Amino acid sequence: MSKTIIKVENLSKQYRLGEIGTGSLSHDINRAWHRAIGKEDPYLKIGEVNDRTVKSDSNVVWVLRDLNFEVKQGEVLGIIGKNGAGKSTLLKILSQITSPTQGSIKVKGRIAALLEVGTGFHPELTGRENVFLNGAILGMSKTEIKSKFDEIVEFSGVEKYVDTPVKRYSSGMMVRLGFAVAAHLEPEILIVDEVLAVGDLEFQKKCMGKMKDVSEQGRTVLFVSHNMNAMLQLCSKGILIANGQLMMEDNIDAVVNHYIGISKQGDFLNENYPSKGNKKAVYRDFYVSDENDNRIESVVMGSDLFLNVLIERKGDIKTWDVSFTIRNAMGEAICHIHNLHDNFVIPSEQHQVKLKIRLNKLLFVPNTYFVSVWTGCVGEAYHSIENCMHFDILHNPNSNRTIYPHNVKVFVPSKWELTYKA
Amino acid sequence: MQENKEDWDLIIKPKQSLFSIDFRALWRYRDLLLMFVKRDFVAVYKQTILGPIWFFIQPILTTLTFLIIFGNIAKISTDGLPKVLFYMSGIVLWNYFAECLTKTSETFTANANLFGKVFFPRLIVPISIVVSNLIRLGIQFLLFLCLWLYFYWNDANIHLNVVALLLPVLMLLMAGHGLAFGIIISSLTSKYRDLKFLIQFGVQLLMYASPVVYPLSSVPEKYKWILLMNPMTSIIETFKYGFLGVGVFDPIHLIYNAIGLIIILFFGLILFNKVEKSFVDTV
Repeated sequence: MSKTIIKVENLSKQYRLGEIGTGSLSHDINRAWHRAIGKEDPYLKIGEVNDRTVKSDSNVVWVLRDLNFEVKQGEVLGIIGKNGAGKSTLLKILSQITSPTQGSIKVKGRIAALLEVGTGFHPELTGRENVFLNGAILGMSKTEIKSKFDEIVEFSGVEKYVDTPVKRYSSGMMVRLGFAVAAHLEPEILIVDEVLAVGDLEFQKKCMGKMKDVSEQGRTVLFVSHNMNAMLQLCSKGILIANGQLMMEDNIDAVVNHYIGISKQGDFLNENYPSKGNKKAVYRDFYVSDENDNRIESVVMGSDLFLNVLIERKGDIKTWDVSFTIRNAMGEAICHIHNLHDNFVIPSEQHQVKLKIRLNKLLFVPNTYFVSVWTGCVGEAYHSIENCMHFDILHNPNSNRTIYPHNVKVFVPSKWELTYKA
Repeated sequence: MQENKEDWDLIIKPKQSLFSIDFRALWRYRDLLLMFVKRDFVAVYKQTILGPIWFFIQPILTTLTFLIIFGNIAKISTDGLPKVLFYMSGIVLWNYFAECLTKTSETFTANANLFGKVFFPRLIVPISIVVSNLIRLGIQFLLFLCLWLYFYWNDANIHLNVVALLLPVLMLLMAGHGLAFGIIISSLTSKYRDLKFLIQFGVQLLMYASPVVYPLSSVPEKYKWILLMNPMTSIIETFKYGFLGVGVFDPIHLIYNAIGLIIILFFGLILFNKVEKSFVDTV
C-alpha cells in the first residue's frame, strides 16, 4: 500500500455573498469586538449548504463543508461535480491561493497547481521571456527552465514565434506555450483544473499523454474536468462533490456513472420534473439503444445508434412531430433530427406511439453527448426536455486515424476510390 | 502535537500566527524576484522610440520645471547651492520613494488575477517593485553625478564630504519606507478601496512636505518637527549635506528614522501577512 500524500480533514470554506465593501465594515467591527471579548466569530455560526438553485436567506454560504478524504502517492484523482459544487474552491485551498475557514490539509511534497495556463504572461514580452517569467511564477528556478527550454518550446509547437511578443499570439498559441511550461514542472503533486477545454484536439491529446506520464512516474495528480471521457482515461480514483460536500469516493468508473446518473437530476419522466410544453402529449419513456433494443451508454465511433421514445397523447392533437437535438459536453449543438426531415408522419389518432430512430454511422468526435427531445407541432410545444439522454462516442480501435483536426465535431461517411493511376 | 510526528511538508490551516513570514520560501523564489524586476524594466519601454532614455528625460524635465517655477518665479532659497543640483537631488530621491510607494500600494489590486491563480510568496511582488526602482534610481543617480561633476569642475559652491558614504544607508531607508507604507496601503485597499484615491494625490502633496523644492533650514524652527515626522526629510537633507555640503545632518534623525522604519515595516508585514491569506475572497 502506497503512503498517503494528501490528507484533507474537516475542510470547510465560507464565503460572504453579495457586495463586499463598505457594508462589511460593520461586520468586521462586530467580529473584532467578539474576538476582543473572547467569543466565537458570530458569522461562523450562520451559513447554509451551498446550493445555487435555492436563494439563500443569510448572506454567508459554506462553499465546502466538512470535506474528508485522502490521496495516496501515484494516484490520479478525478474531482467531479456540477458548476458551483466547490471543486475550484477546493483546488484553490490546496494550492494555497486562499485559506480554509475551518479544517486542514496536510501535504507531503511540492504542489504545483495549474488553474489556468499562461498565468502572468506579459503581453509585451516575447515568448522566450514569458517562458522564463511563467516558469518562475510556477516555482521553477532559472537554471531549471534553461535546461528545459528547448523541450518546452518543442512541446508547445510555437518555435517560430518564440521571439515575438505574446500579444501577437493567437489565443491557442498562448495556451500551448502556457501548458508547455506547466507540463515541464516536476512537482510531487500536480493539480490541474479544466485547462484541457482549450486548445485543439491534437494538443489536448498531447496534454493528456503528458499527464499520464506524470502519474506513471509515481507522482500524484488531482484533476478537475467536465469531460468524463478524459476522466475515465486518466484517473484511477474519483471523488464527487455536490453542494460543497463529499458525496462519493470510489474508483473512477463508479463515480462517473453515479455522476452522470445524478446530473439527470432525478426522474425526467416524473410529472413534477420541470419541463417545457403544454403537456398535450407526454413522454412515457426514452432511451438510447443498439439495434437489438439493448439500452446502451456508449458506442464506437462509426456505428449505428438508436433513439427510442414512447409518447402518450393527453389532449387534443391534430399533428404530431418529434425532434431531437444532440449536444456535446460543452453544450454545443451538434445535430438535429426531425421526423419531417425524413418525411415521416407520426399518426396522431393513436393513444400511444413508440418511435425508434436509427442514426446511421455516427461519426461524432469521441466525447460525451447529450440528447434533448421535443414533441409538438408547428408553433406549439407539447413536451420538451433538455439533455435527458446521454451517450459516449468511443474512439474506434480499428481506425488508423488517431487525431482529429481542430474544431471539427462531426464527420460524414465517405468512400474512397482510385480513379486515376499513372 | 501528533501532526509533527507524521512529518508533513505542508499543513494548510485557517489562521496562522500573526507574524509568519516564510523566509525560506522567499529565498526559493528569488529567481521569480529577478524575473519580475526584469519584466518591469523591459516591459515599460517596449514599443517606445526613446526607450530607457525616458529614465533621464523625466527628472530633467521636472528639474527644469522646478527651476522656472520655484527657482525663478517664486524665488525660493536653495541654501546657496546651484539650483539645478538642488532640485535634481530632491527629485531623484523623491521620485524613488514616490514610485515605490504608489506601485507597492497597488500590489493586491493590480495582481488580483495572478494571485487568484498561482501561489508564490506574495511579498515577492512589492520587493521586486522596490528593487526594479532601485535600478532606475541608480541610472538617475548617474545623471545627478554627471551634473555634479560639471558643477564641481566649474568651481561651484559644493563640497563633497564623508557623509556621502551614507548613501547606501539612505537608499536602504528609502526602499524600506516605500515598501513598508506601500504594503500597509495595499493591504488596506484590498478590501476598502478608499485609500486608493488618497494615495493618488496624497503622494503629490506629500512632496511639498519634504525638502524637495525648499531647504529644511528655511523652515521656521517651531514647524521643523512636523517636517521631520516625514521620513523622507532627514534622508533628503542628509543626501544634500553629503554631496553638496549644505543641509541639515543629524545622526539622531537618521536613527529615529531607522527605528521608525523597523516599527512600520513590522506592522506592515503583519498586515500584509494577514491580508494575503484572505485577499482572494475579498478583492
